[in-house]
Amino acid sequence: MSYIKKPAVRHPSLQANALGLTVRDYEGAMSTLCAGCGHDSVTAAIVRAFHELDTPPHLIAKLSGIGCSSKTPTYFVSGAHGFNSAHGRMPAIVSGAAAANRELTYIGVSGDGDSLSIGLGQMAHAIRRNVNMLYVIENNGVYGLTKGQFSASADVGSKSKKGEANTQSPIDPIMLALSIGATFVARSFSGDKAALVPILKAGIRHKGLALVDVLSPCVTFNDHEGSTKSYTHTRKHQLPVIEADFVPRRSPIETSQAPGTVQTVTMHDGSVVRLHKVAADYDPTDREKAWSFLHARAAAGDIPVGLLYIDEKGTEMHAGNKTVAQPLSQVPFEQLCPGSAALEALQQHYR
Amino acid sequence: MKTRINEFAFKLANANGTGSASANSLIMQAIFRMGIPVAGKNLFPSNIQGLPTWYEIRVNKQGHTARTATFDLMVAMNAETYARDIKEVPPGGWVLYDSSWPLTLSMLRDDVTFLGVPFAKMCAEAFTQARERTLMKNIMYAGTLAALLDMDMQIIDVMLKEKFGKKPALMESNKKAIVLGYDYAKKHFECPLPIRLEKMNATADSILIDGNTATALGCLYAGVTVAAWYPITPSTGVLDAFTAFCAKYRTDKKTGERSYCILQAEDELAAVGMIIGAAWNGARAFTSTSGPGISLMNELIGLAYYAEIPIVIVDVQRVGPSTGMPTRTQQGDLMTCAYASHGDTKHVILLPANPAECFYFAQNAFDIAERLQTPVFILTDLDIGMNDWVVPRLKWDDSFKPNRGRVLTAAELEALPKYYRYSPEDELGVAARTLPGVHAKGAFFTRGSGHNKLGCYTEIPDEYQEVMDRLTRKHAAAKTIVPPAIIERHEAATFGVVTIGGCDLAVREAMEQLRHLGLFGDFMRVRAFPFGEDVEEFLQSHSTIFVVEQNRDAQLKSLLTLETRVSKEKLRSVIAYGGFPLQAKQVVDIVVPHLRQDVAQEAGQ
Ligand SMILES: Cc1ncc(C[n+]2csc(CCOP(=O)(O)OP(=O)(O)O)c2C)c(N)n1
Ligand code: SF4
Ligand SMILES: [Mg+2]
Repeated sequence: MSYIKKPAVRHPSLQANALGLTVRDYEGAMSTLCAGCGHDSVTAAIVRAFHELDTPPHLIAKLSGIGCSSKTPTYFVSGAHGFNSAHGRMPAIVSGAAAANRELTYIGVSGDGDSLSIGLGQMAHAIRRNVNMLYVIENNGVYGLTKGQFSASADVGSKSKKGEANTQSPIDPIMLALSIGATFVARSFSGDKAALVPILKAGIRHKGLALVDVLSPCVTFNDHEGSTKSYTHTRKHQLPVIEADFVPRRSPIETSQAPGTVQTVTMHDGSVVRLHKVAADYDPTDREKAWSFLHARAAAGDIPVGLLYIDEKGTEMHAGNKTVAQPLSQVPFEQLCPGSAALEALQQHYR
Repeated sequence: MKTRINEFAFKLANANGTGSASANSLIMQAIFRMGIPVAGKNLFPSNIQGLPTWYEIRVNKQGHTARTATFDLMVAMNAETYARDIKEVPPGGWVLYDSSWPLTLSMLRDDVTFLGVPFAKMCAEAFTQARERTLMKNIMYAGTLAALLDMDMQIIDVMLKEKFGKKPALMESNKKAIVLGYDYAKKHFECPLPIRLEKMNATADSILIDGNTATALGCLYAGVTVAAWYPITPSTGVLDAFTAFCAKYRTDKKTGERSYCILQAEDELAAVGMIIGAAWNGARAFTSTSGPGISLMNELIGLAYYAEIPIVIVDVQRVGPSTGMPTRTQQGDLMTCAYASHGDTKHVILLPANPAECFYFAQNAFDIAERLQTPVFILTDLDIGMNDWVVPRLKWDDSFKPNRGRVLTAAELEALPKYYRYSPEDELGVAARTLPGVHAKGAFFTRGSGHNKLGCYTEIPDEYQEVMDRLTRKHAAAKTIVPPAIIERHEAATFGVVTIGGCDLAVREAMEQLRHLGLFGDFMRVRAFPFGEDVEEFLQSHSTIFVVEQNRDAQLKSLLTLETRVSKEKLRSVIAYGGFPLQAKQVVDIVVPHLRQDVAQEAGQ
């Protein structure tokens, strides 16, 4: 860990957003992660995304599991309610929190150990449930906090710092999510904020679970020659498939791109994501085709990045449950308790 | 044989999955409607179809409705278990069996009366479909029993109408089967038997309900909006009932919109995580499970304890360890719940004894959890949860307002200079919490990692201990708000008896039997952990105390020695943990020799 104060994350202009808040107002406590840790860059992107979306900080609920990655909610939006829970259990806790109050904006931050090993079941089931949340995996191929053991996302042949090669096949959260019905699937790289911020913004606005797998190198345990999760390897092998632009509701939509290479998806609140197809034959709204394409590219050693799949018509948890619009935590007791007359009547059935 | 009215027991031996359950509960309900105290114990296997299953019905005009040890009449409907069932009948008793096939000679006894009715044959003649023939056999023996025991046929008639009023075909065949069974008995046997029923007026203000349903009802009335669970016997009924009640009372008739959210989780780790999330966010939330689920929940129970999140966990206990005997009852989770999770943890446990207490305790559990900002367990068991019990009609006071504990409103937060999560504390050791989204000033970071009284991360020994010490004070303060023990003293008492939960009725009956033997004791049923001053005082005031419970390791006794000032030497264990509900006889058989030995020793000194 480094205790040297790092320069604060700063928006170039420190412009106020619609709420009159600057980027500063979306920052959190000083990071205690290693200098150069990819997770800090993800934090900076999250700060920008919420600032640019004009989200009132206290209406954000930020939750996490355990790991270096899961520490990061402390480092963004200090005005939000936070919950640093237990290893691999964030998805269930967000599910319950979202059940109780559907009005808040939920962000869950996790690591590849947190989500793909101990919490694999919970992540998968949160995806199936389609909880309305942004789910960020800060993926570095190792357990950072317990000092560098291989995680389930480590590629076959990727070398540990001591030179030992991983032999077990990796779990790719993108492929898994696609196969179990995820409605928003993206991969990005902590070193590419320009690509990451719009993806996060679209993910926050998505109605349902938005899974964003961010390759986020661990400089201390997994950034060496021979690791497939290093900065160098990721830069070299990332393959932009779709570049996303997020256009908030009411902003004019410019079309500068040649038609046919841009696809637009309108989100529930009227915002629009513009998807620039870098790979011309790719369709981010066709699950089967996306899956086959990504599968083939991954087999060839590429790391496809971008907003890879989006379905705005999926059934989010509360829609599936037909929950009342008012947050359940705010429904008055008088409406919840059937009262003595109903109890009296009911008990006739127990005679 | 001497006539015995409203004071006997009979047992029905069936094969699982043949539809006997509905016939058996019909019989039980008819007796209840005749105004007679009655209890039914379903002793069923962990199986969907084929294995033997028994249903015991005890009627007792004095109200002793614990499980009994002797059955005057055996309804032997399962040829596979004939041998053991027939053997179980005491001399002078009766065996009702299907005489479509002859009994093996070796099974016959000359000290019991065999009542053969050709149920299968009669069904084959009366009904055409195979499934109907199997099902109607059950209802037919109900008809026979009605004649033998002198049940009120009018009551049965009304019950059939209630049940099948909208299904005339079913009504028709059920009626036919009942009458066939009834008439056969009237024609061939001397009806009624010396053991028989007679209308009373002891159940007019009672209901017949199982503990799982009553627990669910308590949660509904407490204002629960979020429940999460993973199916497990014997607790599944809690969520089944809760789901049905919510569909009925919490669904907008016009829009179909629900003011509740029930999450069927992927496992118990997730189930408890979900209610932690929901409670953190201001909803009343609970989960319901059994022992194996509690084992899985341990890690997050510690999180809820340390982060001070008010959740309610219902544990309908079954026989452990491991998968154990999932359809049998036990009180084996007391210790694991009292100290669930790693590190220093201590929890609040409510211990209902019957479905009525399930209702009231469930409703109260949320007030306690929210006032103390801590997990609260409701420990029931399979016997309470899944069997139908006669209990006083449930009451509800419409002026009830839930006590949500210390939760700051937006206005209160606005007025505060600065908010800290874990201070200042009140006399219960509780600090005010805030709910996400209510006010910018209320935002804080909930964490399971080390924190100080301001809610900030810490690894400093004193700061850590300061919070942990407050949690100890909070647990101690729980003594003042949990349900007190039930204590019944006798002026001639020479010993005390302490028990918990579903042992209640058997222990009371045992103490009455002891009184007939000239042995007088005081009774205490503990209804919560931590133990209050009333419990301390009872323990102090006796030199010999029997602790009656249903687990191998005398967990209640251990807990009493750990958590009260009682000296271990005073406590004697009375345990029964084979998986069936406790019988008075099991208590008497252990207590009497102990007391006689004491007397002998004193005399010898
Ligand atoms: C139940 C449990 N087991 C083990 C641990 C120890 N542990 C803490 S973090 C961690 C791995 C974190 O890896 P990852 O999620 O990838 O986060 P990173 O540190 O790499 O960002 C482990 C195994 C724990 N906290 N809880
Ligand atoms: S150990 Fe790795 S993951 Fe953890 S803070 Fe350091 S660089 Fe980041
Ligand atoms: Mg990792």
